[in-house]
Amino acid sequence: MSAAAHSVVEPGLTSKRVAGAIVILYAVITMVPLFWIFATSFKTPPDSIAYPPKILFEPSIEGYCNLFTTRTRQTAEYIASLPPATSFCDETTRKRNMVIAGQSNFLPRFVNSLIIAFGSTFCAVFLGTLAAYGFSRFKVPLADDLLFFILSTRMMPPIAVAIPIYLMYRELGLSDTALGMILLYTAVNVSLAVWLLKGFIDEIPREYEEAAMIDGYTRMGAFFKVVLPQATTGIAATAIFCLIFAWNEYAFAALLTSGTAQTAPPFIPTIIGEGGQDWPAVAAGTTIFLVPILVFTILLRKQLLRGITFGAVRK
Amino acid sequence: MAEIRIENLNKKFGDFVALKDSSFTVEDGEFLALLGPSGCGKTTTLRMIAGLELPTAGRILLDGEDVTFNRARDRDIAFVFQLFALYPHMNVRRNIGFPLLAQGVSRSEIKRQVEATARLLQIDHILEKPVSGLAGGDRQRVALGRAIVRRPKCFLMDEPLGTLDAEFRNVMVRELRELHTRIHATTVYVTHDQLEAMAMADKIAVMNHGVIEQFGTPQEIYDRPASMYVADFIGSPPMNFLAVTSALTKGSRSVAIGAAEVAVPEVVEDLDGGAVALGVRPEHIRFNDSATLRGSVYGVEYLGTTQIVVVETADGFCKARVSAGLRVTRGETVGLDLDTPKLTLFRRQGGKAIRTAPAPEVHHG
Ligand SMILES: Nc1ncnc2c1ncn2[C@@H]1O[C@H](COP(=O)(O)OP(=O)(O)O)[C@@H](O)[C@H]1O
Ligand SMILES: [Mg+2]
Repeated sequence: MSAAAHSVVEPGLTSKRVAGAIVILYAVITMVPLFWIFATSFKTPPDSIAYPPKILFEPSIEGYCNLFTTRTRQTAEYIASLPPATSFCDETTRKRNMVIAGQSNFLPRFVNSLIIAFGSTFCAVFLGTLAAYGFSRFKVPLADDLLFFILSTRMMPPIAVAIPIYLMYRELGLSDTALGMILLYTAVNVSLAVWLLKGFIDEIPREYEEAAMIDGYTRMGAFFKVVLPQATTGIAATAIFCLIFAWNEYAFAALLTSGTAQTAPPFIPTIIGEGGQDWPAVAAGTTIFLVPILVFTILLRKQLLRGITFGAVRK
Repeated sequence: MAEIRIENLNKKFGDFVALKDSSFTVEDGEFLALLGPSGCGKTTTLRMIAGLELPTAGRILLDGEDVTFNRARDRDIAFVFQLFALYPHMNVRRNIGFPLLAQGVSRSEIKRQVEATARLLQIDHILEKPVSGLAGGDRQRVALGRAIVRRPKCFLMDEPLGTLDAEFRNVMVRELRELHTRIHATTVYVTHDQLEAMAMADKIAVMNHGVIEQFGTPQEIYDRPASMYVADFIGSPPMNFLAVTSALTKGSRSVAIGAAEVAVPEVVEDLDGGAVALGVRPEHIRFNDSATLRGSVYGVEYLGTTQIVVVETADGFCKARVSAGLRVTRGETVGLDLDTPKLTLFRRQGGKAIRTAPAPEVHHG
């Protein structure tokens, strides 16, 4: 069965090689900016703006030092009077006639991002799963219209609702709160979650729940014990899509958060160094910002792949 | 164990009538086969008994208690699905123990009962295996195990052997029947295979287009089909229908088939003079050169112990099952003797059987 499905037309070696070359070329092209960010995060500020750009350079973690700290300029005499530097960051900072004054806002902003992105992803997937199950299994009045309505919330550009939401949030006291951002991202993601998960749940035969209900379980029991375990692939794929959106979202975050609830995306470009943008620090922030999504995606890559090719692959 | 009674059950899907005014009773410990072609409403009937579907009208009683609108989980019924519906994320042991878990049975007791059930079905060696890799027969047994482990009031099975290959199906037919003899649970078994129904069932309900055409023992259904539909559906090859050319009245004991005169069981009901067909099974035809009903041999199908001879009569083709030892050649003219007590008369209009005097019972020994 599966063997037959895969050997529809076996592509020749040459076409395989050509396809492989194209894929690799594409991967390289898309990787260049990522690599550039990664490399820049290990440059010194002068190296990062050198012209022509330096491909080979002496790596430094100054960018990471600057990302996590705030610094003040001091006189050479004052710096000389200090006890010996205790860390690499201390030392590099002093070489530039500065001392570390405290922690920067990057860590709290990063934590905000984690809370808001994972919180909204959890809510969207939780609500989405229940709604998708309802749409999949019950006769919901006007189901098609409701599903269309849910999807239509994603049809207009987000910026169209930016002003109303801004005013509404200000009235409600949700501006610059994690709760506000979680609600917003949940609202945006839940439509995607309902549609994706409905597809996955439609694929799970009703017989499983019916068997469970005959075996003595309530519908809720059947849902949790029989449907949910079989929907894990779909749930994982949906969760990644939601997480990526919430993690990367910039426009609303810039508009609605400025202080305590600010997320990493609007924060990173505001990192200012001495006399201009501190590019290594910005690049360091971006590099660290990429890590959670990378880890999450690698952990769930099988599910994600099945989620993307879903429908094409059948048993 | 329990008696299942359905009364005037109806089910509509929109305008489509899936089941119409059906009533029957499955007595305690009885094995009923719901037999009919695909799409005739067998699954729908079973699902209503199980509580997975609500009837449009009518009642369902379990042991005299009206359960028409009870939830599935409150009916204490087990259901074996057409494709088994084994939970793919659980191994065999957890699949079989799943119904007990719902009842809050203690862990050690679940273990004991699952193992006892597995021994009964001879699947104790695969208890720890995932269900995804199991062969058809083992999946079947696991599904049965999950059904019988909690000793429900009755079993409902929806074409449980449909996906097995023919060879294995015979084994499972025997196992199922043996299991029934052993635990004696009231069973409703859905199938479109008349041989399965004949081999296993105490009673058969023959369905067609949402209507139960006949309800009775396999022998009644075979010997005295209630309609041309049933007569045609049961038996292989099916019953022959010959056009009766004489007028039939109450008390008639013979009919004319063209020029031939055939003795039939005595007609015991009033008739309105509509067209009548004489039904005769291939196995109730004997070759006899002096018989008045004649035809020429058109073809022969050799089956080992018997052979099916296709005879072309004035009224069309007629199949006879005769001993394989008999020499018949194509084109040869033969006389057909029909076994009078085994004949059935039908109204062409509507296909209902005409009531005739019962055949004297034959005892052996
Ligand atoms: N949920 C449903 N909605 C509409 N029509 C249905 C539904 N379930 C079954 N039917 C129709 O009812 C008829 C009987 O179906 P079913 O009971 O499954 O037949 P069987 O099991 O005898 O093959 C079929 O024509 C089928 O299309
Ligand atoms: Mg069916």
